[in-house]
Amino acid sequence: MANPIEQFKIKPIIPLEIGGVDVSFTNSAVMMVISVVLITAFLTLSVRSRALVPGRWQSMAEVFYEFIAGMLRDNVGSAGRKYFPFIFSLFMFVMFGNLLGMVPGAFTYTSHVIVTFGMAIVVFTGVTIIGFARHGTHFLRMFFPEGAPIATAVILVPIELISYFSRPFSLAVRLFANMTVGHIILKVLGGFVVTLGGFYVLPGIVPFAFLGAVTVLEFGIALLQAYVFTILSCIYLHDAIHMH
Amino acid sequence: MDEQQKHSSFDELDARIRAARERETEEAGRNNERRNPSQGIGLGMRLSVEFVAGVAVGVGLGYFLDRLIGTAPWLMVLFLLLGGAAGVANAYRAAKGMDASVGLGAAQRRLAERQKDK
Repeated sequence: MANPIEQFKIKPIIPLEIGGVDVSFTNSAVMMVISVVLITAFLTLSVRSRALVPGRWQSMAEVFYEFIAGMLRDNVGSAGRKYFPFIFSLFMFVMFGNLLGMVPGAFTYTSHVIVTFGMAIVVFTGVTIIGFARHGTHFLRMFFPEGAPIATAVILVPIELISYFSRPFSLAVRLFANMTVGHIILKVLGGFVVTLGGFYVLPGIVPFAFLGAVTVLEFGIALLQAYVFTILSCIYLHDAIHMH
Repeated sequence: MDEQQKHSSFDELDARIRAARERETEEAGRNNERRNPSQGIGLGMRLSVEFVAGVAVGVGLGYFLDRLIGTAPWLMVLFLLLGGAAGVANAYRAAKGMDASVGLGAAQRRLAERQKDK
């Protein structure tokens, strides 16, 4: 019987060690490279013709562009325009990672908490630096609600600070948990199909139908989680830029 | 004459739309309806993650501060409680559909404003 969590195993492909640190080129890294190459190819080849009336591929690339540009405009405002390249790369990388994970036999790099946490911590530190760069120490005022009695600062400020520091964790865990859980469910259902179907054809059909439905749902979740990750980054960016 | 008038009113409308759109963009769309895509199992997962993250960060922060100034384990205990409070606050915000920006009080006020607008 197939082990449902075997699919998350990291296997070194080119073993490599620098200064006692294992920096092997793994199956996870292969998928990241594939995804970056695919994104680059998709975006550069599709707009190569630069047609005024976009063709099929060009309009697909434009849909993604418009989507993220609109998201930034709605959530960050015009000051967020210069962060578009970062947000767009983030969205494409997460989305391609989620979707490539749905290819049978492929590895899902977003199902590893260190990958999502790495992205979340980059967003978090970046946003904090932007906040301090734009507002200086005034940025710290954000942690104390206006109009509250000054005596409550002792308890309110630590709570808001912890709430602020928990952002990268909830951002990372949400993406990672959704991807991991989805892939485990798919694998378990797949196991049901094989065992029950091997027993007799008819009982195998039920889990197979269910598996089909869950696969469609997983594609939805793959897109939705990329969207959620990006929009939360936009909201955090808004905080740093506008501070209300 | 009639034709000309129509043209000018169209131009005027166009300018007004553009100005309104610019204003909205400037204000960063804080009052724009922010859709909450998580439903059902997604919402449940989100709430639990928010709560656990608050507690975990609180404990981690307390532990780190203890190591730094050698007051173990008191700061960890204190920050466990504060982390629990932060986790509950975060989960409450997520459940109420408030936005994810800093400050519970401000988020509450914005939610009330948004509901009044509707």
